[in-house]
Amino acid sequence: MGKRVGIENSIAAADAVKMADVDVVAAYPITPQTHIVEHLAELVADGELDAEFIPVESEHSAMSVCCGSVAAGARTFTCTSAQGLALMNEIVFIAASLRLPIVMILANRSLSGPLSIWNDHTDVMSVRDCGWIQVFADNGQELFDHVLFAYRVAEDQKVSLPVMVNIDGFIVTHVIEAVEYWDEDQVKKYLPPFKPVNVLNPDKPITIGAFGMPGIFTEAKKNQDQALIDSKPHIMKAWDEMAKIVGRKYEPVETYKIEGAETAFLTMGSFSETASIAVDKLREAGKSVGQIKLRLWRPFPFDEIREAMKGVKKLIVIDRAISYGGPGGPVASEIRAALYQEKNMPAIANFLCGFAGRDVTADDFVRMCEKTEELAKNKKPIREEDYIFYGVRE
Amino acid sequence: MPKSEFDLGWKDIEPGCSVSEPGNASQYRTGDWRSIRPVWDHTKCIKCGICYIYCPDAAIFKNPEGYFEADLYYCKGCGICAQECITGCIKMVEEAE
Repeated sequence: MGKRVGIENSIAAADAVKMADVDVVAAYPITPQTHIVEHLAELVADGELDAEFIPVESEHSAMSVCCGSVAAGARTFTCTSAQGLALMNEIVFIAASLRLPIVMILANRSLSGPLSIWNDHTDVMSVRDCGWIQVFADNGQELFDHVLFAYRVAEDQKVSLPVMVNIDGFIVTHVIEAVEYWDEDQVKKYLPPFKPVNVLNPDKPITIGAFGMPGIFTEAKKNQDQALIDSKPHIMKAWDEMAKIVGRKYEPVETYKIEGAETAFLTMGSFSETASIAVDKLREAGKSVGQIKLRLWRPFPFDEIREAMKGVKKLIVIDRAISYGGPGGPVASEIRAALYQEKNMPAIANFLCGFAGRDVTADDFVRMCEKTEELAKNKKPIREEDYIFYGVRE
Repeated sequence: MPKSEFDLGWKDIEPGCSVSEPGNASQYRTGDWRSIRPVWDHTKCIKCGICYIYCPDAAIFKNPEGYFEADLYYCKGCGICAQECITGCIKMVEEAE
């Protein structure tokens, strides 16, 4: 077991990237950025990490460099947030369709405007359909673990897909927590050397990124979709292996006090920990409340979500992004779709909150629960109440 | 020779839709984009080879008599050869004619 240290989560994440022994780090070095890349720059400059640090002129170039370096067989890392992700958007989609196993930490922040730098999930939801494996880590420890997990899964020859590790910007990235580091033997055991499926090598020339005519495009997309779906067992295996090595077991969908719960919160990201406190409070007050945490966002864990929801009558889905003029929050709309054919579909209340860093406390979660009960008393939440901007001032 | 794109099912696609056979673009029939084709007037042609040099698709070749002509499997009918020809011996003719 490695040492347990009090450290800023971003620095711990950079140390995890260092432990993964990456060959290339390409990142735009100023805002929106975190200490993750800043610390990696220091590690490379100080000779502690033998890697190319490429301080590109934009995020579009950052992701382009990542594509090139992975295609050349180099283990590669990048990190961004919000507008940076928006700027690299074009290449994010290409990385997945070319099956390039890049690892990126996305420190989730609000997409402007109004101009903002604070935390919510509007950035990640803008690339919901980009074809990457997308996981959420709730705290510094989970972030550290998921950097190594991400390389293990991405580079698995049966997977060969980019992996995005989402972590709440500021709320988690800039906070000091206790993080248990892995020791080098554990990393060695968990993460084999990178052997790419496709690699650019003059001795065996291949073309990566060729034109796809209409006659082949549909087949290419079906192939890509299936690859993402088929990554699931390898994701599960990577979590199982991690549990054996460091003793922490992660699941696509995790629950808290869900046994026999009539009402359940469904959360994603660091809000999950706050909601757990609310669950404790509500349980103490005799309410039948539990919690479901969504860790794996893509590929979407349909079976696990349906299983976790059994017996739940009222579901409170917390979204930190908006589908303007659409069905409210993206998480709620996917949960509704996943449960549509279920016999006992719960009533779903969708709260949109925590935009651009606005605090949502455990008491707020308690109030959301009360509001849901109020709605359910009258009727199943109806169209106008499908989503509620929690805490919005009139 | 690999299968044509229309013979490939989704399971046949290589990861990332990569192409593992080098140089197989030569099997791609770009000539079917063409609506006009170059025709050489041998009474004016001086066999200088300017058309051969300028052709962006390397679709022009020298025949045994020393005149140049287009390989219509690849020629897209762009007309650059006719534009660059010194003697004006190349005429672009509608494919329908």
